[in-house]
Amino acid sequence: MSAITWDLDEPITDKRAVKEGQWVQCPACSETVFRRALEVNLMVCPKCDHHHRISGRLRVEQLVDTGTFEPINAHMAPMDPLVFTDTKPYLQRIADAQASTGENDGVQTGTAYVKGRRIMLAAMDFTFMAGSMGSVVGEKITHAIEHATDHDLPLIIVSCSGGARMQESGFSLMQMAKTSAALARFDRAGGLFISVLADPTTGGVTASFAMLGDVIIAEPRALVGFAGPRVIKQTIRQDLPDGFQTSEFLLKSGFVDRIVHRANLRTEIARLVDYAGK
Amino acid sequence: MFQLDFEQPILEIEHQIESMEARPDAARWADELAALRATRGSLIEKTYSGLTPWQTVRVARHPQRPQTLDYVDLMCRDFGQLHGDRRFGDDPAIVCGFCRIGPLKVMLVGHQKGRTTPERVACHFGCAHPEGYRKALLKMKLAEKFGVPIVTLIDTPGAYPGIGSEQRGQAEAIAYNLREMSGLRVPVVCIVIGEGGSGGALGIGVGDRVAMMRYSWYSVISPEGCAAILFKEANEKTNTHAAQALALTAADNARNGLVDAVIEEPNGGAHRDPRSAADRMQQWIVSNLQELQRIDPDTLVRLRFERFRRIGAVGQRIAPRS
Repeated sequence: MSAITWDLDEPITDKRAVKEGQWVQCPACSETVFRRALEVNLMVCPKCDHHHRISGRLRVEQLVDTGTFEPINAHMAPMDPLVFTDTKPYLQRIADAQASTGENDGVQTGTAYVKGRRIMLAAMDFTFMAGSMGSVVGEKITHAIEHATDHDLPLIIVSCSGGARMQESGFSLMQMAKTSAALARFDRAGGLFISVLADPTTGGVTASFAMLGDVIIAEPRALVGFAGPRVIKQTIRQDLPDGFQTSEFLLKSGFVDRIVHRANLRTEIARLVDYAGK
Repeated sequence: MFQLDFEQPILEIEHQIESMEARPDAARWADELAALRATRGSLIEKTYSGLTPWQTVRVARHPQRPQTLDYVDLMCRDFGQLHGDRRFGDDPAIVCGFCRIGPLKVMLVGHQKGRTTPERVACHFGCAHPEGYRKALLKMKLAEKFGVPIVTLIDTPGAYPGIGSEQRGQAEAIAYNLREMSGLRVPVVCIVIGEGGSGGALGIGVGDRVAMMRYSWYSVISPEGCAAILFKEANEKTNTHAAQALALTAADNARNGLVDAVIEEPNGGAHRDPRSAADRMQQWIVSNLQELQRIDPDTLVRLRFERFRRIGAVGQRIAPRS
């Protein structure tokens, strides 16, 4: 119902999956996997194919040709326009997230090459305040779209977000309009936008740029939706059908073009870029 | 009869006035009546000038508050509804149609909550489904084709969260509206008349000018939603805190540059005097549309883009990465 679906006090990474040490237990199949094996496998469980959530930085590393990523707006950082305080001041939440992730906010943007094709990339970071979109995420993504428009670059946005950032209220909400309006211009200029949906993509991010791709690709079994499952359950007072709001559900209902395994993402992107003649 | 707790003293005086007026010898009490009416007026003014944000939210939800179709009755002539999205169905939670406002022909699009229980159920209390957003865009494109300016009235707790709405692409419908509204080549003015609940509100809210009625709210989430997430419980206390923190009132949104104007409501809110609320709204609509109609379409679209483009509060931080 609202553009926000993620409770910031819930664990944003799967605690079971980030146990320090050499072994990681897969949250999907409960198998214990050697950490190194998981990393080599792009953080996809070798036993059950569960796609683990990964940071924006790791996403960039996995997607682009090694060493080709040139970040833009890397120093852009959030402010606190509403002096928002809940159980913790927003500035404190920002500082905590910055300390724990080493990032300034929840998205990496920059130019790069994918299999030799030059692209504009934005990769959202769920580890930073649930990948929520406030002014910085909105601004960086808008700027990335504009950069892609000006340089006729294919635009790849990997979404991974609990939705809009509550602590910036109306400012966050308006980022939905801002990014979508920038995409309108990109579209009119003939740009190619490939939207990649990773687990989870919900709320105000789904209801803006994530659903506006010329091609929309989802990782297997990702949670993708507008309202969070809990809100829907409370509203309709019914259990939700199995597999509701998964990539597969969206594919079946016609809102995702393809489900692509993480190992094939680079090939798929390069292929689409070629078909679009970009 | 619905009552807001903070209006209790006002309602008591109103009750006294009514019973005095009903007396056969009412004429003898003229002085007393005048005094009571004066007290009533100043009490309303005092109450309404000191509303907390949470109280404002409750005024915005007042069941007697005028809805889109009430404003149509009060402000528009020759309104004829245009139904359906030509894809799936017709969502009564959003109504659309050509009509005349003052000297102008316009396309009116607005959320409708419904008044009676069956109406409210049919309208899902103003929570639109994807087909509602698609209908809205279809009719706006129709207006664009014939150079007719667009007025949207926003009044929703949020887009409907359900199985069907997800299945039919609630997120896609809203996203597509945001993108397409930003490029409409006719003037678009939007007014939050009651509740501006998040993406569901913004889904018909991308305009050249956006206004809020004095006692409406507009935010990324409802106070209860915010309270439930942040404080694990929505009650009077946490809702009050959340409403304050979200900066959701018309004054807050205007101060933050998120809306362009606040349309004043009559003393005591639009539900006390819908006619005068409609008059003020009409004035704002007509003067703004007339101004916007003088701008050529390319410039109009560019200015609308720039209006949303500049929103955001960002800083810089240069820190060594660990």
